[in-house]
Amino acid sequence: MDAQELLIWVRGAGLQIAAAVFVLGMSYRMLHLLLIGRKKSLAEARGSEWAGGLRTMWQRSFVLPKLSPRGRFTVVAGYLFHLGFFVTLFFLSQHIALFRAVFGFGWPALPRGVIDIAAVLSLGAMVALLAHRLVDPVKRLLSDYQDYLTWALSFLPLLTGFMLLREIAFEYVTLLTLHIASVELLLIAAPFTKLAHMFSTFISRWYNGAVMGFKGIRT
Amino acid sequence: MSTSLQRGIASFVGQIDGPIASFFTSCVHCGLCADSCLFYTETQDPKYTPIHKLEPLRRVWQQEYTFWGKLMKKAGLSKPVTDEELAEWEPLVYDSCTLCGRCSLACPVGNDIVYMVRKMREGMVASGHAPEGLKGATQRAIELGSPMGVNINTLRAQIKHAEKETGLTVPMDVEGADYMMVLSSAEVAEYNDIIGAVTRIFHQAGVSWTIASDGFEGTNSGIQIGSSDLAAELVGRIVRAAERLKVKYVISPECGHAYTALRWEGPNLIGRPYPFKVIHIIELLDQLRSEGRLKTDSVDETRMTFHDPCQMVRRGGMVEQPRNLLHMVAPNFVEMSDPGLQNWCCGGGGGVSANERANPLRTRAFNRKKAQLDEIDATTIVSACSNCRTMLLDGLEHNHMPHEVVGLTELIAEHLADDKEGKAP
Repeated sequence: MDAQELLIWVRGAGLQIAAAVFVLGMSYRMLHLLLIGRKKSLAEARGSEWAGGLRTMWQRSFVLPKLSPRGRFTVVAGYLFHLGFFVTLFFLSQHIALFRAVFGFGWPALPRGVIDIAAVLSLGAMVALLAHRLVDPVKRLLSDYQDYLTWALSFLPLLTGFMLLREIAFEYVTLLTLHIASVELLLIAAPFTKLAHMFSTFISRWYNGAVMGFKGIRT
Repeated sequence: MSTSLQRGIASFVGQIDGPIASFFTSCVHCGLCADSCLFYTETQDPKYTPIHKLEPLRRVWQQEYTFWGKLMKKAGLSKPVTDEELAEWEPLVYDSCTLCGRCSLACPVGNDIVYMVRKMREGMVASGHAPEGLKGATQRAIELGSPMGVNINTLRAQIKHAEKETGLTVPMDVEGADYMMVLSSAEVAEYNDIIGAVTRIFHQAGVSWTIASDGFEGTNSGIQIGSSDLAAELVGRIVRAAERLKVKYVISPECGHAYTALRWEGPNLIGRPYPFKVIHIIELLDQLRSEGRLKTDSVDETRMTFHDPCQMVRRGGMVEQPRNLLHMVAPNFVEMSDPGLQNWCCGGGGGVSANERANPLRTRAFNRKKAQLDEIDATTIVSACSNCRTMLLDGLEHNHMPHEVVGLTELIAEHLADDKEGKAP
């Protein structure tokens, strides 16, 4: 198999397999969380579970308590990484073209300059977060191999994508193969690692907010 | 594997529900919960990071509820939870957590961490890893009727005292009364002015109420230690008394965990809804205030602040009510930093105060409250939880701080308008 053939496989069958694992695996994982369920409270409600749950799903992305310097660093770097990741994923013209090809619809792309800034900020934030994980006593204590694995799995698509747009270090075909392959690894690992938080976060927030909402607590 | 460890692990497995599985799935080890916990902020020791306190439960979840975890367990590649590990975790789960719930508001992915600690304690009890002090308190509650050892005779003596002081009758075992007042252990033992206070307030407001001789004690050590069976027995006594007297409402005392036990956990513990409603004493007083039935005719010019009890405010939703009442009598009321939902715990809730081993750590954790108090020059701290009051007094004493500590209900009663002007029953 030469480089061309490898690329054809990676962007064809490879991507389909990865996408299938992602969709099926993630659906199973989330459905499982929902099906475990919980006992309905027999206490008298003072407020609405749904209102509290839905509010927290949304609000927890924006309202955070007072933070210490180390907390502020985590939040700022964390936001930059996530925002940069989503901007490059959803607003790069090449990505939109792929979505259009698969789903039949698209949306306007952001200028390349904006994408470049987002990608660089995101990569920088990730490096800073990794360094912080290695030196901060709290994060070091909490971290296990998955924290580093999922960091690498998230970092590689961004890095290879950035290199691809500029043809840094390798030629176009190699970089495109590496980029798509790194995305496939991310897709395959996501349902089975803590990357699953991309969806489960909203279930967690719903439960947390529902408990508070039931008690009539306005958070 | 020892039988008790087996029981503990089985209990962990049984406690894991949809919320817990979602929380562990979502945790990204960001460590933000550390900054929300006074045991971490005051010691800077990473082991007090809230989510870390759940590590044994997390591994049980991973090994029993996830695909890879189950596979690894079958292949003998996972690290099983051991007795030694649970013994090591006992101080983290009990001594350094007051179930205050501040971490649950801080987590960016939305994990209700205190919900998990409460459930993890069930497995800790089942495996025999609960602190001696808390075991003793729970045993006294079951056998003697109160963790502090007070009984009906103690109560009767206090009632006699209150009746003499107020010139009013404290209604005991009155069938068909609207409200049944429950007290906390500390209120019967130490803060007994509360009995005279509610007697006068209810007399003025024309509230039909009673105290039950067989269900007057609301402190629930079963909730704190994490034993649903024992917690159910303790709540059951109040439920049976309320049903015997056919009351419409049971009044929860100024006691955080009594409120959580009675209001939110009780029906689930006994397995059926109550035929009566539960109302917190502060909630009731604020309701009487808004109906114009609670009248005061004097104020206290002292600079006062309010210490929010976690179970009443953050986990109970009563932020405005105590403040409405304070505004009636305290014109120089001043808030501490982080008031209301974000308030810092006194350091002794959730069973920590009953656990002598935790005393040195609790004293360190009080530095957070000290810092809050140092920022404002209040002379009186008002609270609405008898355990908070004791912990505040203890911390103030330790730090040679001159503040006075008073209960909100007693404070209101002190400024009650002349009873003759009130609406007598």
